Amino acid sequence: MIAYIGRRLLQLIPVFFGATLLIYFLVFAMPGDPIKALFGDKPVPESTLEAIRAQYNLDKPFIVQYLLWIKGIFVGDFGLTYSGRPVADELARAFPITARLAVIALVFEGVVGIAIGLYAGLRKGKLFDSVALFISLLFISVPIFVIGFLVQYFAGVQWGWIKTTVSGQATWSELLVPGMVLAATSLANIVRLTRGSVAENMGADFVRTAKAKGLRRGRVVRVHILRNSLIPVVTYLGADLGSLMVGAVITEGIFNIKGVGGTVFQAVQRGEGPTVVSFVAVMVIVFMLANLLVDLLYAVLDPRIRYAK
Amino acid sequence: MPSNHKIQRYVAPVEETPVAAVDAVKFDGKASSVWGDAWKDMRSRWLTWACLALIALIAVVALFPQLFTSQLPTGAACDIANFRQAPGNGHVLGTDAQGCDVYSRLIYGTRASVTVGLVATILATLVGCVIGAIAGFYGGWLDAVVSRLGDIFFAIPTVLGAIVVMQVMPWERNALTLAIVLAVFGWPQIARIMRGAVLSAKNADYVTASIALGVSRAKILVKHVVPNSLAPVIVIATVSLGVFIVSEASLSFLGLGLPLSTASWGADISAGRATLRTDPALIFWPSLALALTVLAFMTLGDIVRDALDPKARARR
Amino acid sequence: MKTNRKALAALSIFAAGSLALTACGGGSGDSGKSSSAGSESGAATSNAIITTNGSEPQNPIIPTNTTEVGGGKIADLIFAGLVSFDAKGAVQMDQAESITPNDTNTLWTVKLKSGLKFTDGTPVTSDSFIKAWNYGANIANAQGASYFFDNIKGYSADEKNPVAEMEGLKKVSDTEFTVELINAEADFTKRIGYTAFVPLPESAFADMKAFGENPVGNGPYKFEKTGAWVHNEGVTLVKNADYQGSRTAKNGGVKITFYADQTAAYADAQSDELDVLDAVPDSNFTNYESDFEGRSVNQPAAIFQSFTIPQYLEHFKPGKEGELRRKAISMSIDRESIIKAVFNGTRTAAKDFTSPVIEGWSDKLEGSDALSFNADEAKKLWAEADAISKYDGTFTIAYNADGGHANWVTAATNSIAKNLGIKAEGKAYPAFKQLLDDEDKDKMTGAFRSGWQADYPSMYNFLAPLYQTGAGSNYGRYTSTEFDGLLKEGAAAKSEADATAKFQDAQKVLLKDLPVVPLWYSNVNGVWGNKVQNVEFGWNSVPLYYNITKAE
Repeated sequence: MIAYIGRRLLQLIPVFFGATLLIYFLVFAMPGDPIKALFGDKPVPESTLEAIRAQYNLDKPFIVQYLLWIKGIFVGDFGLTYSGRPVADELARAFPITARLAVIALVFEGVVGIAIGLYAGLRKGKLFDSVALFISLLFISVPIFVIGFLVQYFAGVQWGWIKTTVSGQATWSELLVPGMVLAATSLANIVRLTRGSVAENMGADFVRTAKAKGLRRGRVVRVHILRNSLIPVVTYLGADLGSLMVGAVITEGIFNIKGVGGTVFQAVQRGEGPTVVSFVAVMVIVFMLANLLVDLLYAVLDPRIRYAK
Repeated sequence: MPSNHKIQRYVAPVEETPVAAVDAVKFDGKASSVWGDAWKDMRSRWLTWACLALIALIAVVALFPQLFTSQLPTGAACDIANFRQAPGNGHVLGTDAQGCDVYSRLIYGTRASVTVGLVATILATLVGCVIGAIAGFYGGWLDAVVSRLGDIFFAIPTVLGAIVVMQVMPWERNALTLAIVLAVFGWPQIARIMRGAVLSAKNADYVTASIALGVSRAKILVKHVVPNSLAPVIVIATVSLGVFIVSEASLSFLGLGLPLSTASWGADISAGRATLRTDPALIFWPSLALALTVLAFMTLGDIVRDALDPKARARR
Repeated sequence: MKTNRKALAALSIFAAGSLALTACGGGSGDSGKSSSAGSESGAATSNAIITTNGSEPQNPIIPTNTTEVGGGKIADLIFAGLVSFDAKGAVQMDQAESITPNDTNTLWTVKLKSGLKFTDGTPVTSDSFIKAWNYGANIANAQGASYFFDNIKGYSADEKNPVAEMEGLKKVSDTEFTVELINAEADFTKRIGYTAFVPLPESAFADMKAFGENPVGNGPYKFEKTGAWVHNEGVTLVKNADYQGSRTAKNGGVKITFYADQTAAYADAQSDELDVLDAVPDSNFTNYESDFEGRSVNQPAAIFQSFTIPQYLEHFKPGKEGELRRKAISMSIDRESIIKAVFNGTRTAAKDFTSPVIEGWSDKLEGSDALSFNADEAKKLWAEADAISKYDGTFTIAYNADGGHANWVTAATNSIAKNLGIKAEGKAYPAFKQLLDDEDKDKMTGAFRSGWQADYPSMYNFLAPLYQTGAGSNYGRYTSTEFDGLLKEGAAAKSEADATAKFQDAQKVLLKDLPVVPLWYSNVNGVWGNKVQNVEFGWNSVPLYYNITKAE
């Protein structure tokens, strides 16, 4: 097991370089001059633009820019945004907020989604199941900006239950409702995944055996049905982490959360190489660790799955 | 993988296992495959036919929109002076903010939306299934390479990737190119789900049994492991269909998608945002069309999944 | 799922942010109250802090490098230049006692008020201005607003030959200096109302970047404390009691919260978390007036929007055919209906190439009928042009998708298609920089959106940078000796009235040639909460914060 984890951690290194090189290249390959665009329609002399380009190393060849960035990260210097601020500051600011938001969303969709999915799966075809399926269809078909708007308008503006937007501190309690909005689509997916697996496992031999052994229903459901149904759900949760972090742009916008999604989106729009690549680099590491965790969870959920040779 | 020859296996007589009940029929008629059985099961359910009818309708609308409306959805057919009219006056569902007929946009939007959704889903699912299955089944370095590749794809911001991919594509943008872009960024999720399912399926008793019977690895993968791992993939894939249709709107909105002269549900959903409070009907109709399409494919997915699972069949 | 959320971003993030992205430089000096400075003792003042919206400045707040709205809003409040503008855009003396030109409008003598102070206690002198301007103009410092100084004698845009001290700036005494210009400029007093022309304290020059994080100014407000600017969150400004000028604050301060998406700001305004919002997002165009009954504003601003048909475009080149086609296109667009349908009345149909808030604006210029909708006439003109040479292409209007232009582009091209019977459609560029790139390289294959937000309230500022031969933002590559001549005459005119007359004549040339097709003027759409009174918006669409009062 330890060897397996070690091997996986070693894989981080090539992936880190591969991903960052690729991303840097993609940003570099985007057409348009980011520096000229900083000034909109205004006529800035070419010499001024040249000077600013030099400040950000944009006058150098692509590979030099990339190597300079790599050199920097070893001393904690992730380069500069086109506002002249260290990208490291942006990372330190945005990631904690997004991490809190993602944790809330993951816990919410995990706990609530699995609970509803389990209950629906146990009563497949019954009223509860149908209602759950209908609501999940709604969450899938209604765009997140509509859900976010409705929540903000009614809970925030009309009834005053929550603050309409999140403050700069972005505390856990402020992020609770936005996190739930963010989780809406994924919640629907988890409900359906859990329901499907549970229904499938209901007929499995081990469940019949467990029942035959005279185990109480609660124990059969918990230990035998649920545990064996969780593999696709856990996989999904692991994969979903990515969309919760980078993909939260809309939810972040609605509730004025200054997280990773919006920062990366804006950086892409502005063609800010160092910002994009630094954020993505951190993200790649997060994904790989999350994946590792998911793979380890597989072994816990299903002892037949083994990794160590 | 544990090597086979060291472990002694005891296989119970078939008659004593529940498999017997399922397998019993097979002894007399001609041999049938998992898929054949599944279809036999499906065609006996009315829900299958309801879903297929709905899908057929959607297909006809997508292929021959002019059968359903005499008005055009874009361009010169829109009269800006007639914007946001209530239903009536030759406009069954009224007009939108551009003065275009809402109903005809719904009809003509079907083609682009369904093409994007369906093609992207099929591509992402095919690629994701193959890669995920291979990674999960064979493991080792193959798994490592493929999974890490997935990690990288996950980390690329879609907007960035789409801008560059769209720029690189030599041909004109249409629903197909858009679907390809969406699939490029959609397959890792399917691959991961598939890999997870394969990991747990490959240790099942029937796989061990097949190994013991000397069936080749590739055949085991295709015949036994994949069909038994598809359930979660089907759930995610049918939902992706709707997600891809909505994504089309977002990409178009970013200037990365369909030209403005192509009607699509996604475009209307995002345009409807501006009048969410004053004219919610504008966002309601395309959302409803989207929901019905997703519902049809989702239910069909459920049926296929049930049909692939002999135990679920037996229970019904 | 992944793709969904990431991509959906588009729906919100820039829906309302078009201004911030496409037109920079909203940072001209704030307008002032018409009563003289310091005489409002009778008016209600309070120490309450006004809360309002803003966006993260793109750069440290160095006035000569602040060319976008986020930083411009802050710089305007904490700095004061020689002059400021009242709500109508008229010039009033702020830090200056007087500014007088010579006979030819080429040498200007500036006298400062006495006893002016920065908030760190150091005096505001001629040197504070001269050094700040020299710093901004010096190409070695790469300041974004350096070109604003290009008419001062000694200015150089050559990076191999940077000029640290322009010969045109001469100190006479601590409170008097002269400015010598290269070309005559009648509205020089307006130009120096732009944020780039404010003074800087001595401490700034030691470490400009650090200064920009915690700027020390001489304006009606100052930073609440060192580090008051919390990046990506907001900034709190408090009243500067030492300020001497025309914009004395009647409240305790202004707290600016940064929003990436204006819909969030709107929701905050609805729940009274935000006192003043100066940009209603387009998703609320249809309901903001009922949400904020009697507490909203919808008036023209100094923002001109158009689409440019480049001179190099086939069938639209200078000459009879191009002239006919340009006019036909312009007359085929039903501006009023588009404004009603797409913008819910938050634009004002264009009658010229400037803006109604600018002195000298007129809706009755000769040739302005080319800007009114007339489908029959348009069709006739187009047919005449077709007789010269047949048009069988598709007329496209390119736009940047990140600026919220898709809706009006669709409406305008639909209008053209319907009324001229040709094919017309929008052409999307993912980001502004890509559009700009193609414009820059003369690679446009159709028309493209264009626009201008005034840096200072002057006709000249709407005309020269956009249509003068070889001008920096003349992406249509328009050239007309007649127009250039009139512009020059206007700049050198003795009086403002003379100048206006010349500029109007210059516009008549534009109305004939239509280098761009004017569409509409953007309106300023603001709302405010129950707790504040006296909310008025200046010529540059920014609220006159200093005048707002708030119950404590």
